[in-house]
Amino acid sequence: MNFDLTEERQMLQDSLRRYLRDKYSTATRNEILERPNGMSEEVWTQLAELGVIGAMFTEEQGGFGGAGFDISVVFEELGRAGVVEPFMDSALIGGRLLAACGKTDLVEEMIGGSLQLAVAHGEPTSRYDLNHVRTSVDGGKLNGRKAVVMNAENADHLIVSARASGDVADEAGISLYLVAKDAAGLTIQGYPLLAGGRAGEVTLDGVEGELLTEDGFAALSDVMALATMAQCAETLGAMDTATRLTNDYLGTRKQFGRPIGTFQALAHRMADMLIEMEQARSAVINAAGNLREETRIRDMNISAAKNLLGRAGRLIAEESIQMHGGIAMTQEYELAHIAKRITMADHRFGDTDHHLERFIALSAA
Amino acid sequence: MDLSYTDEELAFRDEVRAFMRDELPKEMSDKIRLGDELGKEGQEKWHAILNNKGWLAPNWPKKFGGAEWNAVQRHIFEEEAAAHHAPRIVPFGLSMLAPVLQKFGSKEQQDYWLPRLLDGSDWWCQGYSEPGAGSDLASLKTRAVRDGDHYIVNGQKTWTTLGQHANMIFCLVRTDPDVKQQEGISFLLIDMDTPGIQVRPIILLDGTHEVNEVFFDDVKVPVENLVGEENKGWTYAKYLLTHERTNIAGVGFSQAGLNTVKRIARAEMAGGKPLMANPHFAARVAQVEIDLRAMSTSNLRIISAAAAGGAPGVEASMLKVKGTIIRQEINDLARRAVGPYAMPFASEAIEGSNEALPDPHEAGPVAAQYFNNRKLSIFGGSNEIQRGIIAKVMMGGGQ
Repeated sequence: MNFDLTEERQMLQDSLRRYLRDKYSTATRNEILERPNGMSEEVWTQLAELGVIGAMFTEEQGGFGGAGFDISVVFEELGRAGVVEPFMDSALIGGRLLAACGKTDLVEEMIGGSLQLAVAHGEPTSRYDLNHVRTSVDGGKLNGRKAVVMNAENADHLIVSARASGDVADEAGISLYLVAKDAAGLTIQGYPLLAGGRAGEVTLDGVEGELLTEDGFAALSDVMALATMAQCAETLGAMDTATRLTNDYLGTRKQFGRPIGTFQALAHRMADMLIEMEQARSAVINAAGNLREETRIRDMNISAAKNLLGRAGRLIAEESIQMHGGIAMTQEYELAHIAKRITMADHRFGDTDHHLERFIALSAA
Repeated sequence: MDLSYTDEELAFRDEVRAFMRDELPKEMSDKIRLGDELGKEGQEKWHAILNNKGWLAPNWPKKFGGAEWNAVQRHIFEEEAAAHHAPRIVPFGLSMLAPVLQKFGSKEQQDYWLPRLLDGSDWWCQGYSEPGAGSDLASLKTRAVRDGDHYIVNGQKTWTTLGQHANMIFCLVRTDPDVKQQEGISFLLIDMDTPGIQVRPIILLDGTHEVNEVFFDDVKVPVENLVGEENKGWTYAKYLLTHERTNIAGVGFSQAGLNTVKRIARAEMAGGKPLMANPHFAARVAQVEIDLRAMSTSNLRIISAAAAGGAPGVEASMLKVKGTIIRQEINDLARRAVGPYAMPFASEAIEGSNEALPDPHEAGPVAAQYFNNRKLSIFGGSNEIQRGIIAKVMMGGGQ
């Protein structure tokens, strides 16, 4: 047993944390949130140079990491700083799907920081069901509608899932296509997101693309497992920031002539938050450490983590705001953004209830 | 024991329903239902509609132009208003300042300010909280020094709701710094156009501008704008806070919110079935509904006692705590219900769907409302302060 990070991962964590602490203040981020494209190209490029993207890929894929703990280390730091640049959707999900489909040239561009991707998979009625694909492909033409596609407007290419055969909820018969951003028949209706960044509704009207794989479900399942684990790590980082801010505030804010943290009613709730933080950290370790186990074991650990992070995240986001009082309701204060990141994470890759049901089903299997 | 309304109460409810059906403009109720801003003009229009009917000031005595409803009538009105997605009445002038003027103000103050509240001449905001004085309101520092016929006011107020629309502010100010905190506070009426006042917006985490900071730099206030006696302001402030806590349980808001959750969950599909048929989601909804049914009766019990002359004290604190927990839980259910569509920031972004969706207008604002309503358990005396009151009264044998 050894719970220490390897030297390489420790170095990556240190340099990433230092960079974000120095360069990614609340004011800087609030300015980025207002930009038309919802991100900073400079931050993207500099983080790519630090190795953030390379850490998400194995050596065979052209990177220098790719294992569970490489990815969790990166995303925990991104979460700690509330980074809104699309590392999750563009680099990890998009990049790893391309890597799984052998598109090594594009993966190289991604690691170098010069490529943006979007994955157009979810649909207006698919909710959190990965197998639900109504968008069709017929004679090489894609037709349908994709919902809340992250980073859609900034992407050079979209990876689009489409049904080649079978019923709307079949796992078989889902193909993945690579579609250029300027393809005929592709329209994107973009919008900002509550917790930062941008997404869009993507409409496909006879769009042509390059076939990546006919076993799209297998590729998506593996990459979404990675992404769900990464989301848990990102949320853990955000929860750590919320906990730290609250701890500091309770020690400095005075009402009735004393620091409010000396009131037992608040002190005990702070203690509960710290206890839940340890639970959350362990759940993320379980998920990251079991990524290469057989699918059922892998997915049980991932669903356990996502469920636990959903519950602990809600507690920490809500209690942090409550114990701060009004100041935490203001956009100028770091916690406002962090709390939104934590809560909105419950709406990605399946929410608390979705993963509870999945854990039950996998346990019974 | 009889849980039903009397015939008179039922007749009153029918009258309120008919009024909402006939007089509440649809574009107004649509905005409220979708969580949009009504704006100053829209709000004033609703006030005018109510005033025309004589219902703008439900709790005022008739001699001041109010409806003089009892607590049960007020409850019926609030319940119907929420069910019809009517705008709320902006409370600062009508529900908070007015009772203070009616009880402690001079005849001149009553004759001048009260009619202007009804006809919409003035928009009042509340100058209570300060950066260092939130839950501990009595520690406020904004200073007013008597100088001939004026007070000179210096200091800062914060969390001033809708202060950007206001032309008047009622303020708690410190007039004597050398006595016990509560004994050196006065209650002043201040014209927002006076030189030296600056209003700065505070943008909340859901992007809205509903609260402000108000700065006072050598602001001259005529002494006739002092309400009651100098240094007795804390008494008036406490009296006002008991009025701030009417409709504290928010039963109507919760009922309307729960209906919205169910409507969304019947349309939203999860795993090939309506979300409302999902046992985990259905259980979450049922738990809140069970709590809400009980709280609704608690609310009516306390209201009935108040209507019969009993003064709600600690019960109001109980309703505040439980009522906000339930409202926030319903906000949480709504954001869960819409799934990935909780994430977009703009409701109009998901128009033009080619498939059955939860009403896209309803999906858009639910997550923003979830965040905005975190305020419910913070303002008006945080839930921690309310629990302190409950514990002190129930365990310590008196207030």
